[in-house]
Amino acid sequence: MKEAEIRRLLAANLLCVFTVILTVVVPPFFWDGFTVLGTHLAWLCVCSVCVSTLNIILHLVLKPNLSPKRISFAHKISRFLKCCVYFFMSCILFHAIIVLYGAPLIESVTETFLFAVLLSTFTTLQCLCMLGPNLQAWIRVFSKNGATSIWESSLQITTICSIFGAWFGAFPIPLDWDQPWQVWPISCSLGATFGYVAGLIIAPLWIHWNRKQLTYKSR
Amino acid sequence: MRLRSGVFASSCLLMEALGVALFLRGFFPVPIRSLSRREVRGDPPAEPAPSGPGMVSNWTKIPPPLFKKVVIVLIDALRDDFVFGSKGKQFMPYTAQAVEKGTSYSFIAEAKPPTVTMPRIKALMTGSIPGFIDVIMNLNSPALLDDNLIWQAKTSGKRIIFYGDDTWVKLFPKYFVEYDGTTSFFVSDFTEVDNNVTRHLDRVLKREDWDLLILHYLGLDHIGHMTGPNSPLVGPKLNEMDNILKKIHTSLISKEEASLPNLLVVCGDHGMSETGSHGGSSEGEVRTPLLFISSAFEKRSASTLAVCLGLPIPRNSVGKLIWPVVGGKTMREQLRFVHLNGFQLSRLLQENTPVYEKESDPGYEHFKIAEKSHGNWIKLYLEGNNSEILLNFGKKILKQYLEALKTLSSSLSKQVAQYDVYSMLVGAVIIMEVLLLLLLSIPKALSSRAEFEVPLSPPLFSLLFYLICLVLCAVHVIVCTSAESLCYFCSLSWLTAVGVIMLISVLMCGILSTIARVFENSRLPLKNPVVSSSNWSEIDLLIVTGTLVHVLSLGASSFIEEEHQTWYFLINTLCLVLCQELCRNNFLLKEWDPQHSTAVKRNFDRIGEVSECKNIDMLGTRNSKLGKTTSSAEFIKDSDKWISLASPWIILICCRLLRSLNQTGVQWAHRPDFGHWLTSSEHKSELSFLAAVSLLMVFFLVQRRCSLVSKIAMALGLLGVYSYRAAIGNVIFPWQHDSQDISKNLKNVCNYKEKCAGIIQHICTSVQLYKTIMTKYIWRPLNCDATQITIMHYWFGQAFFYFQGNSNGLATVDVTAGFVGLESYLEIPAVFLTAFATYAGPLLWAIHLLCYLSSEDSRNSVAVSHGSFCYALMRSIPVAIYIVLVTGLRYHLFIWSVFSPKLLYEGVHVFITTAICLFFTAMDQNHSHKVQD
Ligand SMILES: [Zn+2]
Ligand SMILES: [Zn+2]
Repeated sequence: MKEAEIRRLLAANLLCVFTVILTVVVPPFFWDGFTVLGTHLAWLCVCSVCVSTLNIILHLVLKPNLSPKRISFAHKISRFLKCCVYFFMSCILFHAIIVLYGAPLIESVTETFLFAVLLSTFTTLQCLCMLGPNLQAWIRVFSKNGATSIWESSLQITTICSIFGAWFGAFPIPLDWDQPWQVWPISCSLGATFGYVAGLIIAPLWIHWNRKQLTYKSR
Repeated sequence: MRLRSGVFASSCLLMEALGVALFLRGFFPVPIRSLSRREVRGDPPAEPAPSGPGMVSNWTKIPPPLFKKVVIVLIDALRDDFVFGSKGKQFMPYTAQAVEKGTSYSFIAEAKPPTVTMPRIKALMTGSIPGFIDVIMNLNSPALLDDNLIWQAKTSGKRIIFYGDDTWVKLFPKYFVEYDGTTSFFVSDFTEVDNNVTRHLDRVLKREDWDLLILHYLGLDHIGHMTGPNSPLVGPKLNEMDNILKKIHTSLISKEEASLPNLLVVCGDHGMSETGSHGGSSEGEVRTPLLFISSAFEKRSASTLAVCLGLPIPRNSVGKLIWPVVGGKTMREQLRFVHLNGFQLSRLLQENTPVYEKESDPGYEHFKIAEKSHGNWIKLYLEGNNSEILLNFGKKILKQYLEALKTLSSSLSKQVAQYDVYSMLVGAVIIMEVLLLLLLSIPKALSSRAEFEVPLSPPLFSLLFYLICLVLCAVHVIVCTSAESLCYFCSLSWLTAVGVIMLISVLMCGILSTIARVFENSRLPLKNPVVSSSNWSEIDLLIVTGTLVHVLSLGASSFIEEEHQTWYFLINTLCLVLCQELCRNNFLLKEWDPQHSTAVKRNFDRIGEVSECKNIDMLGTRNSKLGKTTSSAEFIKDSDKWISLASPWIILICCRLLRSLNQTGVQWAHRPDFGHWLTSSEHKSELSFLAAVSLLMVFFLVQRRCSLVSKIAMALGLLGVYSYRAAIGNVIFPWQHDSQDISKNLKNVCNYKEKCAGIIQHICTSVQLYKTIMTKYIWRPLNCDATQITIMHYWFGQAFFYFQGNSNGLATVDVTAGFVGLESYLEIPAVFLTAFATYAGPLLWAIHLLCYLSSEDSRNSVAVSHGSFCYALMRSIPVAIYIVLVTGLRYHLFIWSVFSPKLLYEGVHVFITTAICLFFTAMDQNHSHKVQD
């Protein structure tokens, strides 16, 4: 059971990694002059859209949180709307946090907002897929020993890795190397992406190594 | 001997301060110089003799002067674009015309940092590169003893007249036949300083009894300091300067004789940065114009000036001739000039390099080759050969000479960085030992008893102690007898040196014994639970990583320039982590487990406390964000939660606002900031309003707890602060519009004494204020860790240092703060006031920390001890690492522009932290005595 679950997780995560790589490699064939650094905003859009669609599809196919009850259609719609609102709110919140961290308030709003959207895709969207619009569950998952399944452990790891990636991505900005990737927000979004990819790869491996110690309390 | 960890920490810091002082003394080089000019100097070298037999030139005299009279107009803080840029065309038409017409030679001179007036004057007059330590001496200028242009001019009988900044009069006492020094004391004075210079001009220009006239105009610098380079005041000032130049030039032309023309030199001592200050190495600060205007030109400068005046080149000049100025002379004369220049440079290089490198220096080799061919050329010349070949040969030699001069000059500039490695090493050893000792004693010092045994006389170590002492003494003797270079540590009296050596050995023994004890302890209870990282909270993790990240970032020059970014980043992360912890506690643990409500409360209190002090400090920076979370005492239970959740966000928003108050650093310093918006003249009313509101807030927040007398005193003090600001013109009185008389009266009333009183009161009251507010708000029982609180306070203090607009460059030190309330320059109060103004942020946070920790003293008697220990540790780690880094990077390109100022800041910070720690310990001791009674 557990082994199979881990294998499924690994497959799903590898698919995500693959998508991220595709967003870098594929668009230049259709789009002249598309590069991650040169047309960064376009890449940000492409990457967020692809990763979010993939996540939603994976969620629909795999259904990791088995909900036993049948939910009414109206309830589903309201859930979906709630999810959208939550996602938008998280974008705004990330934007606010980035500005508080020192990003310019008025200039380059688009850059900052798209970066916030990317971060939300890497973090909030996954949470929404996995846990639904249920803040209590979110807080439970993100506290110590709060995960109740390997999916939730994986969620923890990828989210934390993405945010750490973005955090570390800010470090090269003050350096005076005049590199093209030091322009706001390229280093941060690249950092977040690398963190996300690393998290996706690390999560199944970490769960695999620690499968003896990991005993999930049933709810 | 038993020691409390507070006492231990402060004694450690005292030793560290000694180490830092030694290191700084060794690091800042003794400026390069030739033998004192008091010695009989040799005759100028003759023209080089040809290698073989032949006629030998007997031209040993200095070439005759090129100009009769020279006027040097030094305009303080004249940036290159003020003359050559669009501003110059607009406001300095006469000068711009002179540049275009070709009656002048214009250059852009690159001033070497530190770009501060006094070192720059020294550099201009001696041609040497100023020692970095000169900045500290900038305020009081001792007489310049090195060989310099003024001395040369004086001894060769030139009559010099000087008007302007009295730094010159102090630097060159008794050299001027006539002088009038104006003090640059009041930075807010834009007109008087210049009128004091100009009023002599008409009279002097009519007279014939002078050869060199030096004028130093300060008004532009003052305008820069107060309002920045883009202020509307700059234009009229430049125009005024242009008119003066025109007047001088026309008068010089009218008196010109056929034989010898006159020369007008226009230069700036340094530029100004985008914010209007100077001292650093940004482009605006180092680039200054240099103009030679004379009718002789129909078609650096100490050397050039000397040649122009027919003087020997000053001995310590590392500059080279500005070639085009002496063009147009005969080939023989030209060669003579470059030979003199090269000879002087190579002699300087020889005197300052060790023997084995002397011959291998490429510049020296070049010079020797050129000299040889010069000799041959002279031979040909004296033999009467006057053909085309001779001319071409001469040109070739000239090229060789210029090449040699270039290399000589650059290798001399490199040579300036001479370090007193031995003193540095001794200092660094002390600092590292103190750090090790502090690190090793962490577990003991932070234990619940906060006391530990200091092993002073175990017999084994006493033997070791004597051994180490002996070895070190031997090393000291060997080093001091063998070293050729001047070494500060060797020049100390042997008693002091032995004292320092004993200190080092004592520290060494202490470290060894602590290590031994740690080993013993770890061997005995093997089942001692190892502190694993799993029971570290997020805050602990963040604190450790943050400290590491900050320390490592000090290795990169751009991270030093932008250090404020590091701190803002860390502070923001800290707030977010606190927020996360709060969220978890509030939403999760409460339901699951009612025991945790105390934890929630504890966290809420901590947050509330941080937000309080944040708000209070906002007042200090004239930002009245107060009132959002005024008194947290009367919250109902439910609103508790929400306010505690909101407080990190409020802190974050305040931080963001404060951050936009002052743009500091280098890369983004030119960005417009809120502080400039406020201080610009159009927004005076807003500024006055903000200042008044914030002062009122201060008053109302504090007065509730005060007695009537102290209330009145405080009100007067705050009023004094405001009227002081009004008197120097920063803010306006509301009734100033009504009548000028009142404001004039007020200005008279607010004479210096009142200013002094007001400022001292301001300091006292603000300190008192912080104390009272802290004790008032932080009354709740907290069981938070004292170490965490201390480190958070330290971080916030660091961030506030930069919020205030400070940076790691010297340009942002507000020297004017040192003159508040003083009538003349007094060294000690000025230094004290400047340091206080610069480090106000960290100091206030430290005071707040002390109040906070001692307020819960009844509960936890070791909190202050823990706090001061942590404070010492937090300061020692970056200093020790930075000193190692700087030693490693001492030949880095940016050593003088980036790393050295930072080193000075770190050093001063250590001294201040030592004072704080001593204060802490004294308070703690008092308190414990009281408790015992
Ligand atoms: Zn100056
Ligand atoms: Zn100045």
